[in-house]
Amino acid sequence: MIDHKALEHIAHLAKLYVSETEAQEFASQLSKALGHFEQISKVDTKGVEPLVTPSEVEAYWRPDEVKKELTAEEIVANAPARTGNLFTVPPVV
Amino acid sequence: MSTKGYEAVIGLEIHAQLKTNSKMFCSDSTKFDAADNENTSPVSVGMPGTLPVVNKTAIEFSVKTGLALGCEIRRKSVFSRKNYFYPDLPKGYQISQYDEPLCEHGKITFKVDDVEKTVSITRAHMEEDAGKSNHFGEYTLINYNRSGIPLLEIVSGPDMRSAAEAAQYARTVRQVLRYLDVCDGNLEEGSLRCDCNVSVRKVGAEKFGTKVEIKNINSFRFVEKAIDFEIDRQIDAVERGEKILQETRLWDPDKNRTFSMRTKEDAQDYRYFPDPDLLPVILTGEQIEKFRQELPELPLARQQRFMTEHALPLYDAEVLTTERELADYFEETAKISGNSKAASNWIMTELLRELKNAEKSIVDSPIKPAALGKMVALIEKGTISGKMGKTVFQEMWASGQDPEEIVKAKGLVQITDTSAIEKIIDEVIAANPQQTADYRGGRVKLFGFFVGAVMKASKGQANPETVNQLLTKKLQG
Amino acid sequence: MDLLKASFKDIAGAVQGKKVSAREVTKFFFDRAEKLDPKLNSYIQLNDKALDEASSLDARIVKGENVGPLAGVPFGIKDMFCTKGLKTTAGSKILANFVPPYDSTVVERLKKSGVTIIGKLNQDEFAMGSSNETSAFGAVKNPWNTDCVPGGSSGGSAAAQASRLCAGTVGTDTGGSIRQPASFCGIVGVKPTYGRISRYGIVAYASSLDQAGPMVSTVEDAALSLEVMCGHDERDATTSQRQVPRFSQNLKEDLKGLKIGLMKEYMTGSGLHADVQKTVQAAIDTVKARGAEIVEVSVPLTEYAVPMYYLIAASECSSNLARYDGVKYGHRAQFESLGGVDLEDFYKKTRGEGFGKEVKRRIMLGTYCLSSGYYDAYYNKACQVRRLMRNQYDDAFKKCDIILSPVTTSPAFRLGDRISDPLAMYLNDIFTVSTNLAGLPGMSVPFGMSADGLPIGVQLTAHHFEEQKMLNAGFALEQSSSVKAKVPHVY
Repeated sequence: MIDHKALEHIAHLAKLYVSETEAQEFASQLSKALGHFEQISKVDTKGVEPLVTPSEVEAYWRPDEVKKELTAEEIVANAPARTGNLFTVPPVV
Repeated sequence: MSTKGYEAVIGLEIHAQLKTNSKMFCSDSTKFDAADNENTSPVSVGMPGTLPVVNKTAIEFSVKTGLALGCEIRRKSVFSRKNYFYPDLPKGYQISQYDEPLCEHGKITFKVDDVEKTVSITRAHMEEDAGKSNHFGEYTLINYNRSGIPLLEIVSGPDMRSAAEAAQYARTVRQVLRYLDVCDGNLEEGSLRCDCNVSVRKVGAEKFGTKVEIKNINSFRFVEKAIDFEIDRQIDAVERGEKILQETRLWDPDKNRTFSMRTKEDAQDYRYFPDPDLLPVILTGEQIEKFRQELPELPLARQQRFMTEHALPLYDAEVLTTERELADYFEETAKISGNSKAASNWIMTELLRELKNAEKSIVDSPIKPAALGKMVALIEKGTISGKMGKTVFQEMWASGQDPEEIVKAKGLVQITDTSAIEKIIDEVIAANPQQTADYRGGRVKLFGFFVGAVMKASKGQANPETVNQLLTKKLQG
Repeated sequence: MDLLKASFKDIAGAVQGKKVSAREVTKFFFDRAEKLDPKLNSYIQLNDKALDEASSLDARIVKGENVGPLAGVPFGIKDMFCTKGLKTTAGSKILANFVPPYDSTVVERLKKSGVTIIGKLNQDEFAMGSSNETSAFGAVKNPWNTDCVPGGSSGGSAAAQASRLCAGTVGTDTGGSIRQPASFCGIVGVKPTYGRISRYGIVAYASSLDQAGPMVSTVEDAALSLEVMCGHDERDATTSQRQVPRFSQNLKEDLKGLKIGLMKEYMTGSGLHADVQKTVQAAIDTVKARGAEIVEVSVPLTEYAVPMYYLIAASECSSNLARYDGVKYGHRAQFESLGGVDLEDFYKKTRGEGFGKEVKRRIMLGTYCLSSGYYDAYYNKACQVRRLMRNQYDDAFKKCDIILSPVTTSPAFRLGDRISDPLAMYLNDIFTVSTNLAGLPGMSVPFGMSADGLPIGVQLTAHHFEEQKMLNAGFALEQSSSVKAKVPHVY
């Protein structure tokens, strides 16, 4: 169950602003969904290794080679705010 | 070490920047002094849809370091995501290793004040570095050149009990990394970073005290100072009945103290989970064995060999193996010189002194090992005397010239021809009848006078040993 | 050549053979899109350089160059795929102005094979949705009935393709996002094996489930597109290095020797719409008639597929979407001056404004599932059940080559019908998500028509890397499809 307080904690971890009304709506929707999803606890998974990549893919490690495809200008072109070729953000100290 | 009945418990987390050409998960350059965001790509600034691909060499370097630190290498290790928000972290998560690290259960042995100490290595895992923030009051500027540079985080057990042990442990790890040539080991440039976990407890207590993490230490000297300060601070606090806060503190080298970093109000929940963009790193026994075969000779083994193969005393062997480049220098010099101990002497006294005065490292020495070896060989062959050697050495240091050329140019060739020396001795004896008579009358102290006179007459070129022999004979009459 | 009916081979042959110019073909579809799309809202953006790009292709052909197997075939691209110099939004306000400086591998490969790009197609925000109603750029309408949804998340692709507002499209499928809209709009949609197609440059939703694929008019066009799109990419460590078969040349309608499995769990559901049931039965009869043998198989753990899917997809997305923070690109909340801004507020406001409700719901669900104290019960548990279910699929594919099933419980539903109840929307995906969880290839082939005149697809699933068998079965079904002769209302 996700109560109002739990929802606020999650929203904080996820860095999402949610209004009071949204928080209530989300809390009840997520509780309902989780309530349904919890049925997986019925499956016995003792000693089962979790599966992440579902198909057999051979390992690929890249050679240690430098490639340069884009300029710094191209990299920062989409920045909401920048100073020269650096990204500008609020003071973080 | 214990103070007021307390002992310190210290563990180190060393972040070693691996010396690859390209980053951990993309092909950006890792060059240190690039322009703003020059070493970036869509991958390293976390643009939508971009994916990490492991650098083969980073794996190789990490495995080799693990092996050199006596670790077990996991056949399957997993990259996980460590999730947190910070502007220098472009993806909102750092790719690291969590519950299945590449290297585990190692140990390393070194000496502190001649006492052997073994420290366990809990784990060593691969991860990517974050970008760099520069603060300007009203705003912060972010540069992602460092973002994605491969790091190996080497975590020790809480096995050290003094600042000196901790510093020596760090030096030893650095020595190994530099021997393997996988890390520059430069604390000031940040290619090696040292975080110290320090706690104190009553001697004999089983439970550890609350640990404090000290960051931002950029020299081994400061590692020692910071830990010493922190131990005293914690003991004082406990004595006063205060609680030690679990926190991160920074070292202030100007004020010689640690200070608390702003503590976050809530404990971090990093929500680690396996990175689905990367497959687990699978290593076969053969692959690991191949890496082991490729390991260079490590400091301790080399030290042993210098003692057996080159018949060096322990002290020489220790000094000469502190850096791989120095050890290489010695071996090359020794090989050419034909006398290992003599080569060692020249390096340990003359060369290291000059290097220290000039603040140069061995690789930047103006005297190359081949040249020094040749010079020692000239002394060995008797072509020049040891004293002449010093002159030649100075000249080599100043001009970088070949020793044979210096000898030739300065006419420094030693006279070893017995008849030539006999002739000089005869002349000296003839020119000093009074002193000769006195000597023969029992004033044997005058022998030095005669040696000096002969050497002077030969312009310092007579072989002193031959002079001694012949002079003794001739003076006896 | 009737461009409304022309296959990729027809177009490429004519363009490469200089019977028609790439520019003329591109203009035909571009003009159709401009004229008809206001009724559908399938495009987020048309590529205003499309005609120039087509002309430069023509110039290369004039010089005698072979420009590739898809010479001059105009594609619409789901807005999940990064396109160099062309805005890529993922259907979200948070990326509304993002212009990628790089192409996704899929787009790069399509371009290399001669494709021209007409524009970027609408979708559910970050591919999170089954109705295309979560797009920040408005809902897409189903061309067969504009009161109905086209399905999602690749709803724009399905609608544009059905109305021939381009010759071909690509979509992405994390839990059915290619197959379900393909079924709702009467087109062919293929999600290949996980690892067949590079994910590089595709905006990530759930990394262990996402897979791109073609959404086109015919099985042959799908096969040809796959040949171009599939194969190892050194920029995606999860792509397979296996050889890619010449799918289009190997197509055959004869199914002799092929074993088609009917999955107990998918055939007996009471919630199945009668028209869907009829369509599936007709499909079974057709494959039998073409020589296939029918066997019954069972994958009991598919019962938990929807919970597993949402727990895993939400967890991965909560991390994948952390990069949208207003620092490097995309939306940033407005502040009077940066100096007094608290970093927490900066993030929360930026992300709170930039993401829509469904995306926020899934980010929060995933954050919760990964958080301390819940990881084992939710994320890790789901991954364990995932392995067990995949093992059951492995067993099922020892008994059969292909599993035939419905794609969805019903034909396309009405706009607004399910959007207010997230769980009800999630449960829609019951027949499609297990394919992604197990990493299997799956496709939807248009086969039946509902009483209300809506197309209904049939789903085919094969074992890992067995796309050829699946395409062959699809090819056989296509010959007897009752959708083939029909055209949608918006056309």
